[in-house]
Amino acid sequence: MSVQIQSGPVAVNATINNEPVDFLCEPRESLLEVLRDRLGLTGSKEGCNNGNCGACNVMLDGRLVNSCCVLGVECQGTTVTTVEGVGSPEGLTPLQQCFLEGAALQCGICTPGFIVAAQALLEKNPNPTEHEIRFWLAGNLCRCTGYDKIVRAVQDAAAQMREGK
Amino acid sequence: MATTKESGTGKYRVIGTRPVRPDGVDKVTGRAVYGADVQLPRLAYAEVLRSPHAHARIRGIDTSKAAALPGVLAVITAADLPSIQAMAHLGEAGVVNLAHMSANVLARDKALYQGHAVAAVAALNPHVAAEALKLIEVDYEPLPPVMDVREAMKEDAPLLHEDLHTDTAGEKSERPSNVATHLIFEEGDVTEGFAQAVHVVEREFFTATVHQGYIEPQNATAEWRADGQLTVWTSTQGAFPVRTQLAQILQHPISQIKVIPCEIGGGFGGKINVYLEPVAAILSRKTGRPIKMTMDRAEVLTGTGPTPGSYMRVKMGVDAEGRITAAEAEIAFESGGYPGSPIGAGCMTVFAPYKLENVRIDGYDVLVNKPKSAAYRAPGATQAEYASETVVDELCRLLGMDPLEFRLKNGSKEGDWRAGGPPYQRIGNLECLQATLASPHWQTALERQGPDGKLRGRGVASGYWFNIGLTSSCTGRLNPDGTVTLVEGSTDIGGTRASIAMQFAEEFGIEYNAVYPSVVDTDSVGYTEVTGGSRTTYATGYAAYELARRMKAQIVQSLAKHWEVEPASIQVEGGVYSLNGKSANLTEVAQLLNESGEQVQISVTLSPTGHGGAFATHIADVEVDPETGKVEILRYTAVQDAGTAIHPSYVEGQMQGGVVQGIGWALNEEYYYDDQGRMRNASFLDYRIPTALDLPLIETIIVEVPNPGHPYGVRGVGEVPIVPPPAAIANAIYDAVGVRLRTLPMNPSRVWEAMASKA
Repeated sequence: MSVQIQSGPVAVNATINNEPVDFLCEPRESLLEVLRDRLGLTGSKEGCNNGNCGACNVMLDGRLVNSCCVLGVECQGTTVTTVEGVGSPEGLTPLQQCFLEGAALQCGICTPGFIVAAQALLEKNPNPTEHEIRFWLAGNLCRCTGYDKIVRAVQDAAAQMREGK
Repeated sequence: MATTKESGTGKYRVIGTRPVRPDGVDKVTGRAVYGADVQLPRLAYAEVLRSPHAHARIRGIDTSKAAALPGVLAVITAADLPSIQAMAHLGEAGVVNLAHMSANVLARDKALYQGHAVAAVAALNPHVAAEALKLIEVDYEPLPPVMDVREAMKEDAPLLHEDLHTDTAGEKSERPSNVATHLIFEEGDVTEGFAQAVHVVEREFFTATVHQGYIEPQNATAEWRADGQLTVWTSTQGAFPVRTQLAQILQHPISQIKVIPCEIGGGFGGKINVYLEPVAAILSRKTGRPIKMTMDRAEVLTGTGPTPGSYMRVKMGVDAEGRITAAEAEIAFESGGYPGSPIGAGCMTVFAPYKLENVRIDGYDVLVNKPKSAAYRAPGATQAEYASETVVDELCRLLGMDPLEFRLKNGSKEGDWRAGGPPYQRIGNLECLQATLASPHWQTALERQGPDGKLRGRGVASGYWFNIGLTSSCTGRLNPDGTVTLVEGSTDIGGTRASIAMQFAEEFGIEYNAVYPSVVDTDSVGYTEVTGGSRTTYATGYAAYELARRMKAQIVQSLAKHWEVEPASIQVEGGVYSLNGKSANLTEVAQLLNESGEQVQISVTLSPTGHGGAFATHIADVEVDPETGKVEILRYTAVQDAGTAIHPSYVEGQMQGGVVQGIGWALNEEYYYDDQGRMRNASFLDYRIPTALDLPLIETIIVEVPNPGHPYGVRGVGEVPIVPPPAAIANAIYDAVGVRLRTLPMNPSRVWEAMASKA
């Protein structure tokens, strides 16, 4: 990633949710601002804007990041997956389905971050323990559920994915 | 594992099952539109300038430099809001001083807390607006702040409002004071009661200011058209109360205001009062553009209502048989910069789990230089019952009595006196205690020591919350394909579209999946009070039940005409309308009526008053690290009377979420102020709410003592689960290490110091 310091909008090309995207952004704009305000991808949420709540989690070149702590201009040539890019138009992922059936969301504002973060966990570790799930998701704050049903939904999704559903 | 009743026990077809919520797919795919997601043509943005001082007179504000910055569209201060001096009755909020309400939105003469809004800038983008804030020059005269409730009650304390006098039963004090209200609840004779006691325990308690901590910051988008029509998009617990507040603060006709409730990212009582909405409205009027505003996390913590810090003194006496002979409490809550803490609720809940004959409760609503407090899940009860339930645990130790046995012996039940209200109706206090006794958790002994030398203990505590009824509306329409569109005014924070639709489906005799609920704006449904007070599944659910009855009655009337029979002769069973072998299911009924140009569309507004109070008993197992004082929750069980659980998964979710907020309040959360009254931990890094790693699974046991004031027996479930955790954990810490923690939060340094001073 090469960044040229300049004032005024910068042109950036990236692959976002499997589509090539060109956008202009000011150097001070975060990836979260770009996604939400320039590209209309409002699934990523702002809860704190300083990397403490995880509601803006996206995958950046295969790594889980807080998009509020990444600058838009840093995304030149990168591949970004947001919650809108999880699953397919035809159906939900096992994780999304388990969140729904397991009542793992209440208000839903933290849910996009949890979906992106937990999907990243399950891709690395198909059989996480309860502790591993809690450790991995400790960067995602939820104020509604007490995390119980979120942890269970991730466990259920892991079991389904291992069975190849 | 969570233990719950089996789904669909047979009594009901839909109630008690666990269907997926109608808004669920949008929320797991990122498509749901929350307030901050609103986009409009020509949208501009605004930011708020906030006071850096906890207490200061505002001598003047110069906005000229900010207004001159390229990209800035308008700058406003309190001078742009109408000046109002009146009291108004605003629904659930009760009687409100409009001058205070307006000045909390934009400070007029004085900034009363750090974070108090002073001015606002609209600009083409939020970065320019933020730059412009730095160019506003405010001439402050800093005044000494008062940050502690007991300090604020002293006669020589700095006064927040020179014109505020203490109201004691309608009598005003002669001198101005920071004490806005002194409440007294009294029954029997406490002096006589304490004389009969063999053990009397009297203790003082302190709790820190804590925040609701919803993950979605406050937001508002407003569009003021040239003809005066104002449309506001916002994340709120109640679109209608927002409309009412806007009409009052802006002195604008209520008929010209439309509030569109977006999806809401948590509220817990904190998203009832308006903060940004009136500011966005004025800026839109000035700029001719729609204006969007969102708070950042520091603004949420310093500028929106937390729940009060408190001082409490509780005294209770018992006789040799373990019966409570008298109870006395003095409770003082920090209301913040303006009056209106939940002191009444604190007083009315402090001894609610007990049958009392001799009782005296004094409550004080006290102003301090902190943000105006707002409701927070069972507002006032958590502080108050932390104090009383800890004293009860001490009494049990003195008596050598099991804490559940003591509570069963003294527990309140139907017909018993309660502070500030009529005697209890049918309540499930004793049933919760019995279920706790029988629970797997209580029946399993705790290992007293962990493998690494950490010390373990178990504690229990009970809690009570009133719940409320109030007004709810919904509209139903039978679609041509036999499905139903269900329109409602209750914003859905935790699955109420499902719990309301389920009650409709049950009564109407239709499948849950054939009911399509939607939450709509204030022009499109009848008046509906906030999603709060644990009222939505109770009151809006009741309205949906009544709607189903009236829709069935109209269908019977229509069919009777078509079939040329008496309406009374038509039988209705499970969505099938029949008479002498002739029958029509809902699809056939809908087709028939659609072809003849008829429409079954009915609106219902109800204000049910039979809401049932909710009780809960919790068990906490903790492990204390003697070297650091850190408390770990090993196991936690919440037992609660739900009346009837409509959607058991969402009832469990409310219980688990409430417990965890209570755990955060108990162990970790607090506003940390410096000596100038500035909050030093205004971020989610430093104001740390519990994470997944801090917690075990939360076991739930749903007790069902049906509420006679609801057709299916529903009680509210949302609030009471936050009440018992601090006391249950404090009692468990005592059980583990033999020290009593009477100050919240019970963080490692407090626990360690208590252990060190005992040793």
